[in-house]
Amino acid sequence: MATAVATRTLTMAQAIAEAIGQEMERDPKVFVMGEDVGKYGGIFGATGGLLQRFGPERIMDTPISETAFIGAATGAAAEGMRPIAELMFVDFFGVCMDQIYNHLAKNTYMSGGNVKLPVVLMTAIGGGYNDAAQHSQSLYGLFAHVPGLKIVVPSNAYDAKGLMIHSIRDDNPVMFFFHKGIMGLPWMAYFEGSTTEVPEHSYTVPFGQARVVREGADVTIVTLSQMVHKSVIAAEQVAMDGVSAEVLDLRTLVPLDREAILRSVAKTGRLIVADEDYLRFGMSGEIAAIVAEELGTISLKAPVRRLGVPNVPIPYSRPLEHAVIPQVHHLVHAIHQTMASKV
Amino acid sequence: MNPTTNQLLWMYETMLVIREFEETMVNVYLEGKLPPNIQKGLAFDIGSGPVPGEMHLAAGQEPVAVGVCAHLKKEDTVTGTHRPHHFAIAKGVPLDRMAAEIFGKVTGLGRGKGGHMHLFDPEHKFSCSGIIGAGMPPACGSALAGKKLGTDWVTATFFGEGAANQGSFHESLNLAALWKLPVVFICEDNKWAISVEKSVSTAIPSNADRAAAYGVPGVRVEHNDALEVFAAAGDAVARARRGEGPTLIEVKTDRYLGHFQGDAEVYRPKDEVAELRKHDPIPALEGHLRALGLLNDQADAEIRSRAHRRVTDAYDFARATAYPEPEEALYHVFAA
Repeated sequence: MATAVATRTLTMAQAIAEAIGQEMERDPKVFVMGEDVGKYGGIFGATGGLLQRFGPERIMDTPISETAFIGAATGAAAEGMRPIAELMFVDFFGVCMDQIYNHLAKNTYMSGGNVKLPVVLMTAIGGGYNDAAQHSQSLYGLFAHVPGLKIVVPSNAYDAKGLMIHSIRDDNPVMFFFHKGIMGLPWMAYFEGSTTEVPEHSYTVPFGQARVVREGADVTIVTLSQMVHKSVIAAEQVAMDGVSAEVLDLRTLVPLDREAILRSVAKTGRLIVADEDYLRFGMSGEIAAIVAEELGTISLKAPVRRLGVPNVPIPYSRPLEHAVIPQVHHLVHAIHQTMASKV
Repeated sequence: MNPTTNQLLWMYETMLVIREFEETMVNVYLEGKLPPNIQKGLAFDIGSGPVPGEMHLAAGQEPVAVGVCAHLKKEDTVTGTHRPHHFAIAKGVPLDRMAAEIFGKVTGLGRGKGGHMHLFDPEHKFSCSGIIGAGMPPACGSALAGKKLGTDWVTATFFGEGAANQGSFHESLNLAALWKLPVVFICEDNKWAISVEKSVSTAIPSNADRAAAYGVPGVRVEHNDALEVFAAAGDAVARARRGEGPTLIEVKTDRYLGHFQGDAEVYRPKDEVAELRKHDPIPALEGHLRALGLLNDQADAEIRSRAHRRVTDAYDFARATAYPEPEEALYHVFAA
C-alpha cells in the first residue's frame, strides 16, 4: 500500500520560504541575508515568516550595500557557512557584479577546486506589470554565460521547493531566479498553474533535468519560468487546430538538460524556443545552436524559431511592453508559422 | 603591546624571506622576456618566459604584512590584494606551492589556474584578488562566519590607498561596524595607485580619518616600520577578538619596484626610490634586534641562510615540477 504524501496547495513564494525554513532547521549553517528579508519577509515573499521562526541572527536585513553583503556571502561560504543572499531584482546586480562574476564564480576554479562556495543568490526576474526597463529584465542568460554559476529558473511551486533545497545543499554558487508573475503574490496577477500541490516533507528536484510539461508530437517548445505557462496555454489553443505541441520546462540552465531537448526535437522535428530574456546572444540562440550541432542525426521539418525580447530595453507603456515580451498570441502565431514552413 | 622575542625574530626572518622572494622574482620574471629571444621589434614580451603575465612585487612593503600577521593565528583569515606575496608569506602559505602557482605548475596552490594575483590557501586561510578593493566584502563574510560559529577568529583585510576610494571600502566598513564584525582593515599607503598619486586621487590626507564616518577607531602609522605596525595592529586585533568590532589602520609604506615589473615608472621622480631605500625597514629591525641583544653576527647569518634556503628551495620546486595537462583547464569550474 502506498503511503499517502501530505500535500497542500502553495504559491511559489510560500514554497520557496518553506524550503529555506526546512533547510535552516536541518542545518544550522544556513542563514539568509538581504534587503527587506526580515520583517517584510522579502519584497516577493520568498522569506515570509522566517524572521519570526529563526530570529534576526539568521534572517539578516542588510544595508543597501550589495557589494558588501554578496561579497560577505562568498567570505562566509569559504569558512563553511551556507548563506542565502537575496537581491530583490536581477536588474540591481550591476552594482555588485564584480563580487559575482569575478569572485563567487571564479574562486573555486582559480583555487584548483580547493575553495567551496555554497552560496545561493536569489532574485526576482521578469516583466508584465509595467515596471519598465530597470525592474523587468530576466537576465538569466547573462549569468548562464559566466562559467562557475549554476542557474535555476523554476516555473512552479513544486519545482521551486525542490530546486531551492537542492540549491542550498549544493556546494557551489547557485543563482535562483523567480519570476514575479508566478510567485502567487496577492498584489500582482499571476499564472495559476504556478501554484501547485506541494508535499509538506523535504525533497529535492535535481539540477539538469528538464520536465515535459505537456507531451506533443508536432512541435517542441523549449522554455522555462513564466513562459512555461504561456506556452501551455498556446499549446492548448493550437490543439484545437489539430497541432500537437510538446512543452519542455528546462528548470535549470546550468546544468542544461541537453539530452531532453534533443530527444524532444528528434521526435517532433520542429523547435520553437520561448524566452523572456533578450533575444540576442542568449538562451534561445544557445538552444538553437545545440540542435544545429546535432543536425547530422536529427532532421528538422521546419526552421528553428525563437521568441524573446527583440533587443530593446523593456518599455513602460502597457501596449509597448506587451509587444516586446512574448505573449500567448505570439506563441500561437509562431507555432502556426512553424507548422506551415518547411526546410 | 611589546612584541615577544619570538615575534621579533619571526618578523625579521619573514621580512627577509619576503624581500628575497620578491627580489629573486625580479630576475626570474625577466627570463625569456628580452631580445633577442622574443618577437623582433619588441623590447619586452609579457607573455614569455617561465613566469608570464603581470607581476606585482611588494619589496619595501614587508612591515605591513609582518606587523599584522604576527598577531594572527592559523584560524584567522587574511584577504590580500593584487600584490599579494608578502601577505601570503606572512600568513604561512607554503612557499613552494605558492611559487609553483606563480610558475603555472600543477603543484601550485590552484593547480596553475590562479596565478600570482589569485592565490588561495584554505588551510592557512589566505586568499587574494586582482580586483581593487574586492577583498573587503569577503573579509566581512569570513568574520561574520567566525562569529556565527562561536569562535574568536579575526579577519585581516589588506588593500591599497587607491582602494579606499572604492565603494567596497565604504560598504564594508559600514557593514563591519554595524554588525561589530571582527575585521581589521589595513590600508597600505604606498602613495601610488599605479601612476596616480594619493594627493591626486584622495580628498583627505589620511584614510584613517575615514573611520570616524563609521564610528570605529582609525589609526595612521606614519613610518614604514614593523614595530609601529605591530603596535597598531596589536590593539586592533585584540579589540576584534574581544568582539568589539573593526578598526581601520592606514600604514605609510614604500613600493621599491614598479607597479608591475616592466613598468618604466615615468610618473615617479628618478631619485624617489633611492631616497626611500635609505629607510629600509629590514636593517632598521635588524638594528633594533641587535640593540636589544637578541641578534649577533652568528645568529643573523643563520637566519639569513635559512631565509635564503627557503626561497631557493621554493623556486627550485616551482621550476622542477610539471605543468598541468591541457585537460586540467576543464576541471574545477564547480567543486566536486
